[in-house]
Amino acid sequence: MTDMAPAIELKGISKAFGPVQANKDISIRVMPGTVHGIIGENGAGKSTLMSILFGFYKADAGEIFIGGQKTSIPDSQAAIAAGIGMVFQHFKLVENFTVLENVILGAEDSALLKPSLNRARKELKALADEYGLNVEVDALIQDIGVGMQQRVEILKALYRKADILILDEPTGVLTPAEADQLFRILERLKAEGKTIILITHKLREIMDTTDTVSVMRRGEMTATVKTSETSPQELAELMVGRKVLLQVDKAPAQPGANILEVKNLNVTDDKGVHRVKDVSFNVAAGEILGIAGVAGNGQSELLEVLGGYEKATGTILVNGLELDLTGAKSDGQSRRKRGIAHVPEDRQREGLIMDYSAWENTAFGYHHDEKYQRSSLFMDNNAIRQDTIEKMERFDVRPPDPKLASKNFSGGNQQKIVLAREIERNPDLLLIGQPTRGVDIGAIEFIHQQIVALRDQGKAILLVSVELEEILSLSDRVAVMFDGKIMGERLPSETNEQELGLLMAGITEMPDKPIVEAIEENLAHAGTGKELH
Amino acid sequence: MDLLTLLQILDSTMRLATPLLLACLAGLFSERAGIFDIGLEGKMLAAAFLSAAVAYTSGSVWIGLLAGIAASLVLSGIHGLASITFRGNQLISGVAINFLAAGLTVVIAQSWFAQGGRTPQLSGAARFNPITLPFADSLRDVPVLGPIYYELISGHTILVYVALLCVPATWWILYRTRFGLRLRAVGENPAAVDTAGVSVVGLRFAAVGICGVLCGIAGAYLATALQAGFVKDMSAGRGYIALAALIFAKWRPWYALYATLLFGFLQALALRPDLIEAVLSFKVNGQLLDVLPYILTVIILAGFVGKAIPPRAGGEPYVKER
Repeated sequence: MTDMAPAIELKGISKAFGPVQANKDISIRVMPGTVHGIIGENGAGKSTLMSILFGFYKADAGEIFIGGQKTSIPDSQAAIAAGIGMVFQHFKLVENFTVLENVILGAEDSALLKPSLNRARKELKALADEYGLNVEVDALIQDIGVGMQQRVEILKALYRKADILILDEPTGVLTPAEADQLFRILERLKAEGKTIILITHKLREIMDTTDTVSVMRRGEMTATVKTSETSPQELAELMVGRKVLLQVDKAPAQPGANILEVKNLNVTDDKGVHRVKDVSFNVAAGEILGIAGVAGNGQSELLEVLGGYEKATGTILVNGLELDLTGAKSDGQSRRKRGIAHVPEDRQREGLIMDYSAWENTAFGYHHDEKYQRSSLFMDNNAIRQDTIEKMERFDVRPPDPKLASKNFSGGNQQKIVLAREIERNPDLLLIGQPTRGVDIGAIEFIHQQIVALRDQGKAILLVSVELEEILSLSDRVAVMFDGKIMGERLPSETNEQELGLLMAGITEMPDKPIVEAIEENLAHAGTGKELH
Repeated sequence: MDLLTLLQILDSTMRLATPLLLACLAGLFSERAGIFDIGLEGKMLAAAFLSAAVAYTSGSVWIGLLAGIAASLVLSGIHGLASITFRGNQLISGVAINFLAAGLTVVIAQSWFAQGGRTPQLSGAARFNPITLPFADSLRDVPVLGPIYYELISGHTILVYVALLCVPATWWILYRTRFGLRLRAVGENPAAVDTAGVSVVGLRFAAVGICGVLCGIAGAYLATALQAGFVKDMSAGRGYIALAALIFAKWRPWYALYATLLFGFLQALALRPDLIEAVLSFKVNGQLLDVLPYILTVIILAGFVGKAIPPRAGGEPYVKER
C-alpha cells in the first residue's frame, strides 16, 4: 500500500465566498480502495471542498492530484474525465425521464440516442450483476423511491467509469434498512478497488464504514485519523472544538394527566390524497411523545392540523376541551390562545420570515401581546427589541443582534430564535418538528436540553423527527407513522433502530421476499394516495 | 355547405395556422429548454418588417427572409443575454422586446419609406407565391380527391410546407437525438445537465437561437406570403395565441400542430361571416367572430385543458447551488 500513489491528493486548497473563508489551506490524501470519511458541522466547508473536486467551483489556491498526476478540474466534464463521480445530497436527476435516459444524459455515444440507449441497457445489467445495483431501467424517476433514485446516481457515476465516488450526506433520506443496503453496495465497490469519499455529519456512519476520517471545522481540516484509532467522542470534540454531550441526559419521565388527546383523526389534502388515516394517541403532561417515520408519511399534516393550518375530521382534546378542526377557530392564533406552541418542521418557510430581522420574527404570532403594545394603535417596537435581546441571551443566539435579518443567522441560531419565541410563552403543549434539521452538533445539544427542561416543567411535548437517533434519545414513548397510519407504539428502552426502521416502512411481520425489496415497494407506494396491496 | 366551400375554409385555415405553428414551435424549443418567451410577438413583428423592407429593396424574397430571420435572431440574442447570461426576469425581458419591436418597426418604416409606417406593396419575386404541386392540374377533375389535392394540399407558398415539415422534425430532434435529450433535461433540471458536464448556458442559447430562426420565418411569412408588405402591428397578437396554443399542446410538437390548426380554423371562420350565417341561419356579429380566437385563448389559459405541466425549471435562471 505504501508505495501506491494516493487516489486523490489535495494540497493547500483555499476558497473564499466574499468575506467567508469556506476552505482554508486544506490538504488531504486518500488511498485507492479505501473509504474515507469527511465529517464536520453544517457550514464547515465539506461540501465546498467536494464541489471543488468535482469542478463546480474553482479553488482560489491549491493543487489537485489524481492518481499521482497533477490535474486541473475547471468543470464537471474534467472531473468526470478524471474518473470522479459524485452523488449529491439533492439528487441531480430529471424527474420525468427514465432511469436509462438519466444515465446516458451527458455521456451519449453519438448524436442519435438509440445506440447509446442500447449500450446503456446492457451496461446497466452488467453493473447490476456486479455490484447488486438493481434498478428498473425503464421506470420514470418520479415513480421510484429515493433509495432507488440514489442507486441511479451511483450507476450514473459508474457508467462514466468513475474510480472515485463522492457521496454527500447519502443517508439523509434513507430508512435504516436502506442505509444498510447502501453501505453493503459501498463495501462491494470498495472490494472492486473503487475509492469512496463519504461526507456526513453522522458519527455512527463514520465509525461503521470508513477506513480513515478527516474532520473539518470552520473551513479548516482539524485532523485526519484512522477510524479504528478514534472514538465518536473524540470526533465530536474535533468537530465542535469543545467537549460535547452525545447522549441526552434526562431523568425518567413523570407523566401526569393527558394534555393532548387525538381520536380518529383523518386528513385529506387539497389534492384529495388521504394523508392521515384514523390516527389516535395521547400525550401526557411531563412526557415527550416522539413520532418517527420517513418524511411524507403524514407527520407533517398531523403537525399542521394541531398547529391550526390544515383542516381535518375527528376529535382533538387539549386539556379536555375540544379543538375546532374546520371552522373559524382553526387557525394558529386560536391554537396559541389554547396553550399550544409550535416549532414548525420547515423553519425557513413556516417558522420565520427570512428577510425580517430577529426582533420582528420574535414577535410574530404574539404581536398582540399586551407587553408589545404602546397604545391601542401602535406597537412598542422598543419593548419587542428589548425582549428579543433577553431571549437571545437566554438561548445563546449568536450573534446576539436583534436587528440582523433572520437569513443571516446559521441554521442552529435560527432554530434557537424560533424555540425562544415558542417556549418562552410557557405553553401547555409544544409541537416540535425536525428540531435539529440542519443544526450543528453544539446547537443540537442545547436544543435537546431545552426540550427536556420543558418536559421536566410538566409540559406535554409532541416531537416529530425523521432522525431515529434523535427520536430514541429524546422520547419517553415512540409512535411510528407509515402511510398516514400509526404502525405501533414502543418504549425507547425496549426497542431499537432496526425494529423502528421496519415499522417506518410499514412492515409489521417478516415478508416472504427480501426485506429491502419489501421496504422499497412500500415506501414508493406511501403517500401516493393509492391503497397498498 | 358544399365540398368546395369547406375546402376553401380549410385552405385558409392552413394559411392562417402557418405563422401560429411556426411561432408555437419556436416557443416550444425555448420553453422546453427552460426559457419562457413572451417575446414571440415582438420577434415576429420585427421579422415581418425587416423581411418586407429588404425584400422590397432587393427585389428578392429570399434575401428578405434571411433579413427577417436575422432581425428575430438579434432580439433572441437580447432575450438570451438578459435571461441566461445576466439571469434576469424572463417575462420582463420578453415584454420589453415586444414594446421595442412594436415601436421600432413603425419608426424605422416611416423614416425609410415615408408611407405612414408601412412598407410599399410587394409583388413578383419580392413575395412568396403559391406553388402548384405536381399533377395538381391534371388530377383536378378526379372526384373528391382531386379537389382536395388541388384546393387544400396544393397551391400554398413554400413556407406553409416548411412549417408542416417542422412538426415531425421537431419531434425527431426532441425525442431521438442527443441534443433533444439534453434540451428537454435543461428545461426540467438544469443541475442534472450541469453535473453531467454539459453547458447549461450553451444549450439554452442554442434553444433560444432556434426559437429566433422559427419566429423569423413566421414573421417573414406574415409580410411576404400571407400579405404583401408590412403594416403596423401586423402580428396582431399571434405571438400570444401561439403561446396559448403551446400550453394547449402541453409543450409537444404534434399537439402543437393540432392546436394551431384549431386556432387557424377559428380565424378562417371569422373571415367568412356569410357562411356562418348560412349554416346557423342567423346573423352572427362579425366582431364577435373576430374575437373568437382570443376568447378561446382566454378559456384555455384559464385552465380548461386538463393538466398541462410546464417544464419544471421554466422561467428560472440557473444558479449553481452551494
